[in-house]
Amino acid sequence: MPERVETRVAYGEALLALGRARPDVVVLDADLYRSTRTVLFAEAFPERFYDLGIAEQDMVSTAAGLAASGHIPYCNSFAMFITARCYDQTRIQIAYPGLPVKLVGSSAGLTQGPDGASHQSLEDVSLMRGLPNMAVVVPADDVETRQATLAIAEWPGPVYLRLGRYPTPRLFDESYRFEMGHMVRMRDGGDLVLFACGHMVAKALEAAELLVRDGLEARVVNVSTIKPLDVEAVRREAAGVQRAFTVEEHSITGGLGSAVCEVLAEEARVPVTRLGVRDRFGESGLADELLEKHGLQPEGIRSSVLRALG
Amino acid sequence: MVTLQEIRRLERLAAELRLQIVRMMGPGKAHHFGGSLSAADLVTALYFYKMRYDPANPSWPDRDRFLMSKGHSVPAQYAALAMLGVLPLEELATLKQLGSRLQGHPAMHYTPGLEGCTGSLGQGLSYANGLALAARLQGRGYRVYCLLGDGELHEGQVWEAAMTAPRYRLTNLTALVDQNGLKAMDAVAAAKDLEPLDERFAAFGWAVRRIDGHNMVEICAALDWATSQSERPAVILARTVKGKGVSFIENQVAYHNAALTEAQHAAAIAELTARLQEVTGCQSA
Repeated sequence: MPERVETRVAYGEALLALGRARPDVVVLDADLYRSTRTVLFAEAFPERFYDLGIAEQDMVSTAAGLAASGHIPYCNSFAMFITARCYDQTRIQIAYPGLPVKLVGSSAGLTQGPDGASHQSLEDVSLMRGLPNMAVVVPADDVETRQATLAIAEWPGPVYLRLGRYPTPRLFDESYRFEMGHMVRMRDGGDLVLFACGHMVAKALEAAELLVRDGLEARVVNVSTIKPLDVEAVRREAAGVQRAFTVEEHSITGGLGSAVCEVLAEEARVPVTRLGVRDRFGESGLADELLEKHGLQPEGIRSSVLRALG
Repeated sequence: MVTLQEIRRLERLAAELRLQIVRMMGPGKAHHFGGSLSAADLVTALYFYKMRYDPANPSWPDRDRFLMSKGHSVPAQYAALAMLGVLPLEELATLKQLGSRLQGHPAMHYTPGLEGCTGSLGQGLSYANGLALAARLQGRGYRVYCLLGDGELHEGQVWEAAMTAPRYRLTNLTALVDQNGLKAMDAVAAAKDLEPLDERFAAFGWAVRRIDGHNMVEICAALDWATSQSERPAVILARTVKGKGVSFIENQVAYHNAALTEAQHAAAIAELTARLQEVTGCQSA
């Protein structure tokens, strides 16, 4: 049963559905439309699809002009390029006036795999989270990705949607309803809480099952909207546990871990351990090898939890 | 063909626009005098001759759009918007002050009449392409005008956008280059020479015309030429003088962004007032 789907694949299908539902949606790509899966939209709606070539800066600035004219542009590239290559353009032309451009970063994180550090986005959430007006969404599975793809079109401002190319198990059934700014408790437990996002939600759930044998019940929370962060929910979910953990396929600087720490530090009642990439660049390797190396497979998460809880 | 009477009207408006620019900047504070003054005739011709624009309704969906890609020269646009009545004239004096709608660089969410946000150079032409693509998607007849600085053309993104516009045959787009030859520190060519700029744009697929950017007859004719293009987007390369209209500022790189003393400011106002009286007298003669 647990079907494994890459979130980018679910996105491509949802974008096609969105194109049917909303004629104001336009899609821009920078020569990666088969990888980003916008090819489905492009074939169905060629008059609303623009391949700007290998020119991310031109792409997002053009999208800003389209957004100022009443369109909802979805801009697509690999996560590293859609965030870092055109950061200044996004900052001034999109985030500053709050134009509703949706930046979709595909093949994010370590699980990008063999292409190595240049293509492994480990700072993208940090970059986007730092921009005023910018929302940051990291869906955990294909169901949530489909819903988030549609929901961000309704969001009045700019959004960064982080997607991966790592087959990930389905966690939600079709009755699930993604809501911007809300986090979802995936598993109950009173000893510790694991705040996770993206592919790491499934890994955290597996780690929680391993921890049962260690006599620990872990609460697992899917933080699919990293910004705007549901601050009250972070406080609530961290209440009463020995320690909070954050798990992300991203640098522990500036991403989910930082966001959670910023909330909990103000309360200073719950210690936090951030699991992720420890201020390093990525490297070539298979997705699962890289996750293991950085302690982000279920066994690695379990070990970190046991070490932190002493 | 533009009548002589119309040219005289535009020259009077350009003189008034320059006066408004220097007046709003005032003495004692650093402002971008040079680029605002070099662009004044182009901005005047756009707003008062060429563009379809209803000052009573600056968000009219079918209005022609003007984007100041060289964002530091936005005082020229503020002056035009105030002379049209989109902004109160007295608001110009709030330029760059805390709480003002007139930010140091263009911010569409602050100021009525602005079409985008610029200030980091090199981004405006791509944005203008987006505005022009939207016109096509929506079946609207509006035109888009984008003013760039020549120093700004050092930014690589300009050339990405310069490839995009011909790719989509954006004949509803006109780019203008305020070619005053100076950037912030020294001559544009001192760092990267742009010439032959006409051949470069032509090679990218643009219709190109060189003009004197302070000759109103040439400016109006070039704008009409640009809108008659049916195959390629048009770019007007306007040779200008940085600081045009204030003799001690003209061609002085130091006045890219500088403060005038009280005496200098008074001299600048006097010179621009004399020019306004000269062209006004010319009109009534």
